Amino acid sequence: MASLVGSRVERKEDKRFLTGKGRYTSDINLVNQTYAIFVRSPHARAQIKKLDISKASKASGVVSILTGNEIAEDKIGGLIAGWAIRSEDGTEMKCPANPPLAKDNVNFVGDPIAIVIADSLDEAKAAAEMVKVDYKVLKAVTSTGDAMKGDTIHDGIEKNLCFDWLLGDRQKVKEAFDKADKVISIDIINNRLVPNAMEPRACLADYNSGSDEITLYTTSQNPHLSRLIMSAFGNVAPEHKLRVVAPDVGGGFGSKINVYNEDIVCSWAAKKINRAIKWVAERSESFLTDIHGRDHVTHAELAVTKDGKFLGFKNETIANLGAYARVFGTVTPTYLFGPCATGVYDIPAAYSNVKAVFTNTAPVDAYRGAGRPEATYTIERLVEKAAMELGIDRTEIRKINFPKSFPFKQTLVHTVDSGDYVAGLDKAKQMADYDGFDARRKESESRGKLRGIGVTSYFEACGIAPSAAVMSLGCGVGLWESAEVRFNPTGQVTVYTGSHSHGQSHQTTFAQIAADELGVPMENIDIVHGDTDKGTFGMGTYGSRSLTVGGIAIVNACKKIVEKGKRVAAKMLEASPDEVDFKDGEFVVAKSNKKKTIGEVAFALYLPGSRDSDFKSPLPEGEEPGLKETSFFDPANFSFPAGSHIAEVEIDPDTGEVKLEKYTACDDFGRIVNPMIVEGQVHGGLAQGIGQALHENAEYDETGQLMTGSYMDYTMPRADNFPEFNIGYTCTHATTNPLGVKGCGEAGAIAAPPTVMNAVIDALGGQEITMPATAEKVWKACKSMKKSNAKAA
Amino acid sequence: MLFYIIIFKSSSVGRIIFTCYNFNKIIRYYYIKEADLMTKITLEVNGKKVARDVPDNTLLSTFLREHLNLTGTHVGCDTSQCGACVVHVDGQSLKSCTTLAADIADSKVTTIEGLANNGKMHPMQEAFKKMHGLQCGFCTPGMVMSAIDLLKKNKDPSDKEIRDWLEGNICRCTGYQNIVAAVKEASSKM
Repeated sequence: MASLVGSRVERKEDKRFLTGKGRYTSDINLVNQTYAIFVRSPHARAQIKKLDISKASKASGVVSILTGNEIAEDKIGGLIAGWAIRSEDGTEMKCPANPPLAKDNVNFVGDPIAIVIADSLDEAKAAAEMVKVDYKVLKAVTSTGDAMKGDTIHDGIEKNLCFDWLLGDRQKVKEAFDKADKVISIDIINNRLVPNAMEPRACLADYNSGSDEITLYTTSQNPHLSRLIMSAFGNVAPEHKLRVVAPDVGGGFGSKINVYNEDIVCSWAAKKINRAIKWVAERSESFLTDIHGRDHVTHAELAVTKDGKFLGFKNETIANLGAYARVFGTVTPTYLFGPCATGVYDIPAAYSNVKAVFTNTAPVDAYRGAGRPEATYTIERLVEKAAMELGIDRTEIRKINFPKSFPFKQTLVHTVDSGDYVAGLDKAKQMADYDGFDARRKESESRGKLRGIGVTSYFEACGIAPSAAVMSLGCGVGLWESAEVRFNPTGQVTVYTGSHSHGQSHQTTFAQIAADELGVPMENIDIVHGDTDKGTFGMGTYGSRSLTVGGIAIVNACKKIVEKGKRVAAKMLEASPDEVDFKDGEFVVAKSNKKKTIGEVAFALYLPGSRDSDFKSPLPEGEEPGLKETSFFDPANFSFPAGSHIAEVEIDPDTGEVKLEKYTACDDFGRIVNPMIVEGQVHGGLAQGIGQALHENAEYDETGQLMTGSYMDYTMPRADNFPEFNIGYTCTHATTNPLGVKGCGEAGAIAAPPTVMNAVIDALGGQEITMPATAEKVWKACKSMKKSNAKAA
Repeated sequence: MLFYIIIFKSSSVGRIIFTCYNFNKIIRYYYIKEADLMTKITLEVNGKKVARDVPDNTLLSTFLREHLNLTGTHVGCDTSQCGACVVHVDGQSLKSCTTLAADIADSKVTTIEGLANNGKMHPMQEAFKKMHGLQCGFCTPGMVMSAIDLLKKNKDPSDKEIRDWLEGNICRCTGYQNIVAAVKEASSKM
């Protein structure tokens, strides 16, 4: 049987989605359900002086209106930060309480203060308009860079500083900088983004008073983790009385990791009113209240010798957490950012210092790449600038500083198990016709256009592991993954995974893996996920961990199935287990034609006897009937995908329009399970990364109003914004998992922003501009270029 | 003989007092919201005649999703930008989230659920599957409906024409490349 791992297999989930039979949270309706609307703060920072629900409560169709007072009375807990970070001086981070409904203070536009529940959506909306709130409006803090100078937002958190974290050795870095021929420095703003999964968040909470059980359907990337948080910290219900279902979920990109206010409030309120409650976000609500991404202000320096060797690196960053610290809010700008800031380079001395600040803006948390795009942007802009200032080819300076061998002990934290960065860069150059660029530039210039080329070499650390290591760094949970493989008596297989697919194609890739391991046709294998009542506890999907952690748990559970099958087959075939081989779904006794299929063995395990068997069991003595195995996989290390990307842009100096002419990506994801799906992941990541560089920007005004709160104000990348991407691979297998796989979901979003910006800045003759490189900014830069050229002439 | 006179009086915001007289004797007062004024909507949806009494402010997307339970049509924004809600009305693609159901009374509507023929997917659906033109699936129904309309107007579109046409459909997962490939694939089969 040909191996399915490595094959381009069409997706099992597609027919459902293509015929309108997907089942997303907002598609589900329950008999006698009510509808919820949240009353939200229109101010970025204010005290709630008076909340009057008397008129609204009497409005047509209103079932109940609940506020922060009732939440507090019922001791319902708030939202939490999942990682505890310690400051350089050893003190613990300072985080404010984040109640699900604000009672005394509101801290960003959209902060919810009451839930209005009515028989119909229209009635809920009308009643929500009648809730009267008297606010004392306070001066908002909105600027990342100036947050530490602003008014104190949360009592007891001075300078709005959550933590002041250091990774690395300041003294060693100082010594390295003292030895440098040249110091390259850069100031960077990593622009704030809104993840914008196409399915707006939604939830539907139901309560059964007979069994005292709450069922919550919600748009989550990690239903088991959500249940744990809602139970252990939210005090909504004990875990065994709370079922969380994340059915089809329409994209996540990190924005659906968090347990949100609405999940907790609707679950709690459904029990209070003893009816189901449905809430579906409108897009403007998603803009205001989904977690946002990025938002760093960074100063970084690179100490170099005149022949291009990197000696030292330092990175001083202010990271905006928004109003509250959420699940991955504190780890994103620290352990996901700091260690990667030295990039793919062997730099002997380095440190990353991050000050995380609170502002009166939506919480900032993990968005595709989470910390690694910010890190890669910093180092790759610096390296490009170093090449320019030293007059060394941008690809040569990278090669000079690549590690010479693997495993590569990176300066700050990671030991990268495998890679070949030179091969990746060489292949990218060849794919992009790097050497032909000068001719293309001349041709553009002959038409009055500016042409630029940009390169990025990146690595990233994903599939965070092992649990003991991440918990020692402050993580509140372990980051293993679970799988359960169940054989049916008649030979089909159901695989339960703790991972969650919201576009990642688990039904297909995981079935490919299980089919190879068990020798069962793919169409006889179903993948089940997304329901805490089905399968074992799992950690969910984020940080490119599904395949490298969850996929391996499936491999390991399948191996246990085969081991048990071997023992039983040996008994059935009158051989010893050592003599039995398993191949292509058959247990075969060596040097004989005696064999049993895995289906026959499964059948015997469920029906261990027969009419004429003389009481003799076909099972070995002591063997339990049934065929079902579970695995919890905790990898020994992260996985470290890497690669080189090259972009070419052409700028029209008269309009400032940037046209992305070519984009080449050459990535090393280890062994590839399904090339079609990996390619799709790369495309999607690139679109988001290019979006950050050229189009997207979330902006608050000084009063804390989100200026970019709809698709008419926030530029979402469209089909006509992109050229056809040129995708290629190199391959070094990961050594830390049996499939040799590495994560692939975030690579595009990590590598694309510096690649595109390096090209834009190259076209502008080295003139720095900030992301996104909009026509207006680029046009202004072209004008000042003309002026300085005129002066020089 | 019963004889009713109905008088509408507008009163407080968003409400109408609706008074029903039998000759001169008031028999009933109704206080109802504007949204509760019902309209009978008759449409042909996916080849079947349907008729429902719905509030007259009912959007076509709501009519399909909530009243006919055709949840394949999605709503991804509130500004008519994302295109997840695109359906066909009398053969033309239309954003159902900004169309009043009452406005298209008696039209023929096709939704994503109505494309397959006897269980066999439409060539555009097949092409999206073959070329991996979808990931999370949320924008997909609108993308497919929009792309079919393009091929009706332009049988063999170039990459650029496809990308320009799909300007009104946002996808956050695919980076559009495989959607463009799917439309090209379908154009070779249709």
